[in-house]
Amino acid sequence: MMSGILSYFSSLNPLTFLSQLPGNIAQGIIWGLMGLGVFITYKLLDFADLSVDGSFATGGAVTAVLIIAGVPVWAAVLIAMLAGIIAGLVTGFLHTVLGIPGILAGILTQIALYSINLNIMGKANVPVSYRNYDLLLSASNINMAIIIGLVLVAVVIILMYWYFGTEQGSAIRSTGSNPSMSKAQGINISTMKVIALALSNGLVALSGSLFAQYQGFADINMGRGAIVIGLAAVVIGTVIGEGIFKKGMNFILRLFFVVVGAVLYYIAMGLVLWLKMPTDDTKLFTAVVVAVFLAVPYLQDKSKTSFKKVAKRSAKLLTWNDGEGDENA
Amino acid sequence: MLEIIDIYKTFNKGTVNEKVALNGVSLKLNDGDFCTVIGGNGAGKSTMLNAVAGVWPVDSGAILIDGENVSALPEHKRAPYLGRVFQDPRMGTVADMEIIENLAIAARRGDRRGLSWGVKKSEREAYREMLARFDLGLEDRMSTKVGLLSGGQRQAITLLMATIKKPKVLLLDEHTAALDPKTAVKVLELSDEIIEENHLTALMVTHNMKDAITHGNRLIMMSDGKIILDISGEDKKALTVDGLLKKFEEASGSKLENDRMLLAD
Repeated sequence: MMSGILSYFSSLNPLTFLSQLPGNIAQGIIWGLMGLGVFITYKLLDFADLSVDGSFATGGAVTAVLIIAGVPVWAAVLIAMLAGIIAGLVTGFLHTVLGIPGILAGILTQIALYSINLNIMGKANVPVSYRNYDLLLSASNINMAIIIGLVLVAVVIILMYWYFGTEQGSAIRSTGSNPSMSKAQGINISTMKVIALALSNGLVALSGSLFAQYQGFADINMGRGAIVIGLAAVVIGTVIGEGIFKKGMNFILRLFFVVVGAVLYYIAMGLVLWLKMPTDDTKLFTAVVVAVFLAVPYLQDKSKTSFKKVAKRSAKLLTWNDGEGDENA
Repeated sequence: MLEIIDIYKTFNKGTVNEKVALNGVSLKLNDGDFCTVIGGNGAGKSTMLNAVAGVWPVDSGAILIDGENVSALPEHKRAPYLGRVFQDPRMGTVADMEIIENLAIAARRGDRRGLSWGVKKSEREAYREMLARFDLGLEDRMSTKVGLLSGGQRQAITLLMATIKKPKVLLLDEHTAALDPKTAVKVLELSDEIIEENHLTALMVTHNMKDAITHGNRLIMMSDGKIILDISGEDKKALTVDGLLKKFEEASGSKLENDRMLLAD
């Protein structure tokens, strides 16, 4: 038993983990863009949009197929984003025009995209290697991938900071926060929801496009569970950002920490894989991480005012009063 | 200014929960009329305001604002004509946006929301002055999230938001009912001031008979989805709570059923 544990630890080489770290960071940055898309729907619009599992793969699929067809990589990326935007429009249409509840509308788009993605690619997996094509980034040059990823993240964060400060962006935020007030102020909340869903899925598709290039192939299953990773980025980033900046957490920091959350998630993922956790269990790990980070703020809040504490305090008070009463008697 | 012509609304038609909420309501408010609305539980007071605001389409009848038929317009398209303050102070403001952001959203009621800044620098000073008049210290906290304010403060801001862009009609739906008595008096005073200063046409639902009598130049009483009393001018000025109760019994043939209302004074 003891020797088993020892041999397990001696088989772990810290250098292996460290050598994998840049790759984890690069992946985290790329998924950070996806997290920013989820941030728009989940945090600003208060809409749990599950279409992203589909639109992430759509981004990858469109990019791979177009690059192979000879389309310049920048155009392929833009068209992939456009495909994501259209996916978001469909979810918005299902929800606002046909009255389908948000979560269901997202699931419908997601499942429809599975077939559409297969049709785009013609098969389940399309390799697009840096050896044969000009790509924006690739795992073959991780440092470059990190730099390009960071530049794109910076551009997206600046654009989001600007957009959500405009009249239209403010209207989207108020729609998510108080729809009845928004209507009373003349805001067409259906339009705002559709715009936000389109922008979100456009970002998600951008992330999928970059990820396909990074790993050198697009795969029909690359988006499976993407929503949970996006949520992981948002909730990890929010909890940590608020832990550091407390009330000083402004909008641009919130956006920045979504990307931080994604990077930390991928580092944690690299860590558990380094600890030789079976790859089959990674989704389980992800679910547990997201559950923990969603629960932390709730439990913290609850611990401030809990019935258990009241029970203790009131019990103390009563026994104390009893004692006093006896003295008087 | 506001013309309600024979409107009907039945909720849950054809079910056991069927409820005739508006049963042929007609009302004409002239420019500058400040009309208070009282009535028993379920008399249709708030329903009438919601019909004007376009929360849902009416079954029949028409609503005209400033001579224009708005009956077919959905809520957000009717908003440019209307300022609204709700009973729940949380309903009229966005909690996790700053005071100044809330005001800026209201200042653009009815405008196309484009890609220029949500709050322009030039607006800040104007809002500061408006808030300073309230004497609630809000002018120095313009970047505070509205969710951190008290109910009275939020209601004052909602009132400012409803009138920051002059509405054709101001709809106040029991807007002081959720406030403590002292704050309620303050918010009512503010409402009076704003209505008078801007020469607004207003409809104010209240469950407080005294408030209904002392405020405005006109009073209507509703019962069973109908307007059963309409008092204005000198008659309104001479009105007392007892006189009003008697009038209600004469008009409706029953005692007033509104526990809150009887307790209110």
